[in-house]
Amino acid sequence: MKKQKWFGSLLVNGALVFLVLVWSIPTMGLFVSSFRDRFDIQTSGWWSVFPHREWQQVAVLDPKELGLDPNTVMQVEGVEGDFKQLREGVEAGNKRVQWIGNKRLGRIEVQEQVWTVNWNFTLDNYKQVLLGRDTEITKDDGSVEVIPGQDMTQAFLNSLAVSIPSTIIPILIAAFAAYAFAWMTFPARRLMFIIVVGLLVVPLQIALVPILSDYSKIGLNGTFLAIWLAHTGFGLALATYLLYNYISTLPREMLESAFIDGASHFTLFTRMVLPLSVPALASFAIFQFLWVWNDYLVALVFLGADPNNKVVTQRLADMTGTFGNAWHILTAGAFVTMILPLAVFIGLQRYFVRGLMAGSVKG
Amino acid sequence: MAQLDSGGEHSASAGSRALAWLVRLFLAIIIPLIAFVVLYWGFIFLRDSDAPKWVITLVAIVWGVGGFAVLYWVFNGIVEKLPKPWSGRLLPFVFVGPAMAILTWYLALPVYRTFWLSLFARDGYPPGFSPFLPWTWPAGIQSSEFVGLSNYVTTFTEPLFQIAIRNNIMWIVFGSTLSVVFGLLVAVLADRSKFERVSKSLIFLPMAISFVGAGVIWRFMYVVRPEGTPQIGLMNAVTVALGGTPHPWDKWVEIAPWNNLFLIIIVVWLQAGFAMVLFSAALKGISEELLEAGRIDGATEVQIFFKIMIPTIMGTIITVWTTIVIFTLKIFDVVWVMTGGQFGTHVIATLFYRQSFTARNAGVGSAIAIVLLAAVIPVLIYNLRQFREQESF
Repeated sequence: MKKQKWFGSLLVNGALVFLVLVWSIPTMGLFVSSFRDRFDIQTSGWWSVFPHREWQQVAVLDPKELGLDPNTVMQVEGVEGDFKQLREGVEAGNKRVQWIGNKRLGRIEVQEQVWTVNWNFTLDNYKQVLLGRDTEITKDDGSVEVIPGQDMTQAFLNSLAVSIPSTIIPILIAAFAAYAFAWMTFPARRLMFIIVVGLLVVPLQIALVPILSDYSKIGLNGTFLAIWLAHTGFGLALATYLLYNYISTLPREMLESAFIDGASHFTLFTRMVLPLSVPALASFAIFQFLWVWNDYLVALVFLGADPNNKVVTQRLADMTGTFGNAWHILTAGAFVTMILPLAVFIGLQRYFVRGLMAGSVKG
Repeated sequence: MAQLDSGGEHSASAGSRALAWLVRLFLAIIIPLIAFVVLYWGFIFLRDSDAPKWVITLVAIVWGVGGFAVLYWVFNGIVEKLPKPWSGRLLPFVFVGPAMAILTWYLALPVYRTFWLSLFARDGYPPGFSPFLPWTWPAGIQSSEFVGLSNYVTTFTEPLFQIAIRNNIMWIVFGSTLSVVFGLLVAVLADRSKFERVSKSLIFLPMAISFVGAGVIWRFMYVVRPEGTPQIGLMNAVTVALGGTPHPWDKWVEIAPWNNLFLIIIVVWLQAGFAMVLFSAALKGISEELLEAGRIDGATEVQIFFKIMIPTIMGTIITVWTTIVIFTLKIFDVVWVMTGGQFGTHVIATLFYRQSFTARNAGVGSAIAIVLLAAVIPVLIYNLRQFREQESF
């Protein structure tokens, strides 16, 4: 019985560890690669940073000196093979003999398998991505290739300028509205709230073309104000709904006694309701911040007009288009876009989870 | 002016009352004015300035957040100065008005406007497109060619759209099912493990990553190199090590439509954590007595899972499922970054983008957006019905 229990626990933990590994490996690969030398990334897998066995050259022999005829079966260093086999490399125990080059001008390499790690780490990728420095690379054939730097710093600042107001503005507006829905009586209150609930799941695609045309009419395209308002509009229904659910559960007596003391709605809201709602505000704030920071479509549509205002997701997507195989840039760039949401997420996970519990259907 | 004169001739108390009233009037006008001027300056600065980026960023944040707060403060101040019955009647609208105005402009009206747009031919915006805005469209981009439902016919008869519908169904079926299954699996496993916190955090972590970032991560997983050269993408390295041949996975057009699965995996990777967190909380809510009773009756752990746990948390499963279905229905970023819709991977949202913004065919684009909307209407009705059942509002 005890043995069975032990076996069950092993099975559970084993399966869990396996899943966790599968889930973490993709991110780990990106993270490790972003610190690898640009040449290494292109020629070996990122997992070569782990100890592994690799063929390493220990001696080079000249076939002519050894008097070998590539057109026959050759015997060298204790192995035997014709030219074709030697080109592939003939293994014998811990040793491999390989013919490098063509028949006439070739050489023979003797290699041994050794344990090794590829720890040629560098910060150059980040420098290039963040400082926007152009790098010149002299290729094998002597031509010089200039790789333009990626000014992710600017995009990072843009992302901040987009995300922070796009997080706080909808919360402010939604908190006022939620307060009104919860504590005030006014005509069409129920109808208005039904509209809010109905709009929870409306896909934002429906709004892009009309709003873009309004923006171009009033010259707002490509400005921060444009995207703040857009994110506010698309996040507001959920924010109002969640904050209403929270604010309406605050104790009624407390608010009524504050009223009797002569407090106005505005002071009641700013002095009591807002401070009491901090948990709900925080969880929605994290939710909205991650959503806005990670958004690509809304930025693409409303900020696309101004290249100076591009956010990190846009910049990264551009890079995948133009430097689809420059993995040293892409991995570092991707990590730059991820660093802040990951920090927020890890630091404030508890609030975020609470926000998810409260409901998370968003249009 | 007349009031000032008359104030001077009367008694001191009346004079000071008039003065106080004047000051209030003055403040009521000048403070909003100052507020608006400052906000306008901020806007002009942000639009035209070439100050260092971080200065602009800082100004943008202060201006954006502060501006909205000031607007509420000003409007509230004005309404509170009004006579009592009026301020009581108007104040709720100061509170709820901005939210409703923005929701109307950004979501409610666009439903109607996009539908209207979908009935017109491609060359620009139709008359009455912005009925609530005073300005009209410049001549030249106006379209008056009403085409009725023909954009919808075009949409549904186009082979690419049929592919997109097929792919979206794959996304919905596999994306939501796999997310729910993995989420549930991890939740159940973690519940019985000592490493619950760590393992849940690690599975949850991808939720913080953007689709574009995840796109780069998985492009790197799927990188393909010619046979015989070292593979730098993990998927192909493993495949080759196991004796297979390298494939471009998500761009592997020979196995279409199944190459979509390699895109769907990315979203499962991102979303399983979300499902897991909700399931985990629901599982913890199941009473220990209920599980114990099952065990005493001799049920195996598997039976307990299927006969007790699943039925108990069915509500949560449906909620999570619906959320992910809505989410995958609108999937855009992943496909756009990974394949751009090539290799038979278009979905409705990428076709929408292509038609609306690349091909500038707003009529067909809008028709596609309406199709997206139609797909979520059942959920919308369900939400409203749920709301009506709540008695408290």
